[in-house]
Amino acid sequence: MIELANVTKTFNADKHNQFTAVDDVSLTIEAGRLTILKGPSGSGKTTLMALIGCMARPSSGRIRLHGISTSFFSDADSGSALDITSLPERFLTEIRRTTFGFIFQQFNLVKGISALENIMLPAYPTGESQAAFRQRALELMELFSVSRHAASPVEWLSGGELQRVAIARALINNPTIIIADEPTAHLDSKLSREFMEMVGTLKARGKTILIASHDPLVYDSELAETVVGMRDGRITGITGAA
Amino acid sequence: MNSPLNRHTNILDFALSSLLRRKSKNLSLLVVYTLIVFVIASLIFFVQALKHEAAQTLAEAPDLVVQRMIAGRHDLIPATYGEQISAIRGVRSVTPRLWGYYYDQVFGANYTLLVPENGVVEPGSIMIGAGVARNQRIKIDDMLTLKTSRNAPLLLTVQGIYPSSSELISSDLIVLSAEDFQEMFHLPPGQFTDLAVTVANPREQVTVATKIAELFPDTRPILKSEMLRTYDSLFEWRGGMMVVILAVAVLSFIIFAWDKATGLSAEERKEIGILKSIGWETSDVLQLKFWEGIVISLTAFLVGVVLAYGHVFFFSAALFEHALKGWSVIYPQFRLIPVVDAYQLTVLFFLTVLPYTAATIIPAWLAATVPPDAAMRS
Amino acid sequence: MRKSSIFIIVTAVNILLIGLLTVHARYSQAMAATALRERAEMVRTLQLTDLCLFTEARYTRNPAMADRFAPFQDHPGAMEHFPSGSLVTPPSKRIHEFSP
Repeated sequence: MIELANVTKTFNADKHNQFTAVDDVSLTIEAGRLTILKGPSGSGKTTLMALIGCMARPSSGRIRLHGISTSFFSDADSGSALDITSLPERFLTEIRRTTFGFIFQQFNLVKGISALENIMLPAYPTGESQAAFRQRALELMELFSVSRHAASPVEWLSGGELQRVAIARALINNPTIIIADEPTAHLDSKLSREFMEMVGTLKARGKTILIASHDPLVYDSELAETVVGMRDGRITGITGAA
Repeated sequence: MNSPLNRHTNILDFALSSLLRRKSKNLSLLVVYTLIVFVIASLIFFVQALKHEAAQTLAEAPDLVVQRMIAGRHDLIPATYGEQISAIRGVRSVTPRLWGYYYDQVFGANYTLLVPENGVVEPGSIMIGAGVARNQRIKIDDMLTLKTSRNAPLLLTVQGIYPSSSELISSDLIVLSAEDFQEMFHLPPGQFTDLAVTVANPREQVTVATKIAELFPDTRPILKSEMLRTYDSLFEWRGGMMVVILAVAVLSFIIFAWDKATGLSAEERKEIGILKSIGWETSDVLQLKFWEGIVISLTAFLVGVVLAYGHVFFFSAALFEHALKGWSVIYPQFRLIPVVDAYQLTVLFFLTVLPYTAATIIPAWLAATVPPDAAMRS
Repeated sequence: MRKSSIFIIVTAVNILLIGLLTVHARYSQAMAATALRERAEMVRTLQLTDLCLFTEARYTRNPAMADRFAPFQDHPGAMEHFPSGSLVTPPSKRIHEFSP
């Protein structure tokens, strides 16, 4: 479970171009559910996800993660939530690596590198043995039926295949939470539907999923359990909350 | 199991994949870099081996050589000088030396004619260096004709040829008797080329030299240590060839470094952004760049050194032969005794591997400090 | 095989080669000791002062016996034009220097 309390993110504070991307947002994202942030571009969805994903720190407010365990913090030990707002950079990186899997709008795959290596990329600095995560990567490729492209450089892959590789990469470190930012923006309707099917697969595996999108195919999908509407950095409405 | 070693090999894996993407660029970089190390290491090996050879063999050279100078030129020295010098305290013996150069117009070569201290050769016979035998195409018992200073032919029989293992000191020698030497050059009686002086106590060499210079202001004593030092300054860094080689090496390295430092393309920046966004720390990115630099520079260093050793000690520094040979007709064929100077190789290691790796890491360091959400926002 | 393993093996082989070459150097030094002694003996009996490396000109054959101005001796305006002049120079410090 992710708990946000009065989270605000301001860019260029105290300058003439000061800009508040996320404004006093309080929200609870339930574990194991598919939550969709819906809103036009510039509504603060991406910034909010970056805050949740430990990529940036809020200007004010608190973000607490429940039910995670890392090398320095175990939920079972303390029985309480981990407040990520004030953690040093190093710990944030570790949480990001172990808890979150990211799917980006542009896929953000590294060109010239094989699909398999792209999938393994987030696991390299963890210090895990290569044999273990390579096996996992191959299984993920199997799951998303892109096994035959394992050795191909990513630029040889089609849009749909790139999407699958990107999802596989998000899953390599066995994250509990998947964050996807406008995942269908570059996909046609057929591929977008395919993507939602894959989201269904992930949900069935018990992942917490958070998607930011303004694509009706996503937020009107029957899989969507909670839809959070956003505009100008504020929440305009929540439907389907537990 | 998670371990720092795994982390290193994993990141090294990716560094290699990353380098292989621009295969031709990085391969040519490696080749040129190896070539630079090869040339510099060859020079180090060659010079060290020659210095070693000079130090070992010339340790037996005369303690002092006394030359007479007239009007700033090296001139013949009278035997009477020798008699007075042998009276100086500490001088064990004085031997007048007879030697000179002879230019053979037919074969275009310079020979060194030398009379040994104690009659190794009979009048009419000579011992020659292997280079002379090659140049004249003669063997033992053949005749060699020299032209005397009075333009008369002097026929000499080759009594022996110095072994090829001694070519580095004997290649151009024609060792002949004092009578034949006199026949050749018609020196005024009682005059010699110079004097070889032996000093009883090596520590007194300088004192003896000073005394000789005081006694005969028109002479110049040359100490053995000075003869040895001559080969220490072989390939002095200010010398022509050294400057050219070093300048080329340094310039090419600057070009690489420049290419690296400024060549962090938008593409590479984006990649660093991606790595940060998927959970790589700044230190992971730096380690990646460190390995990229090490792979190229360490490989270039190791391969370059191995090739240089082969070049100098198995192929007799064939690439330097032309520079050393210059316009000589006689060039010794020699195999150098291998000398590996760990200190110089270490210096070379630090001069090649470290700057290159630094030039790879530093620009990446600047790019790696981008916030991880940059890739998401763009 | 993993790329990192290939790199590590290649590097290890290279380092091993350098090690072997060091051994080769030691071995060759031992093997050449006799020849080296013979050369030193020859230097002693013939009272040689220099290596026979540069035979291209009179003043380059015995650099230890020459002057720094040797190339210009024939004429003050004469230029050094033998390549070995840039490789090796006469002793730079003599206790009683006659050079200018």
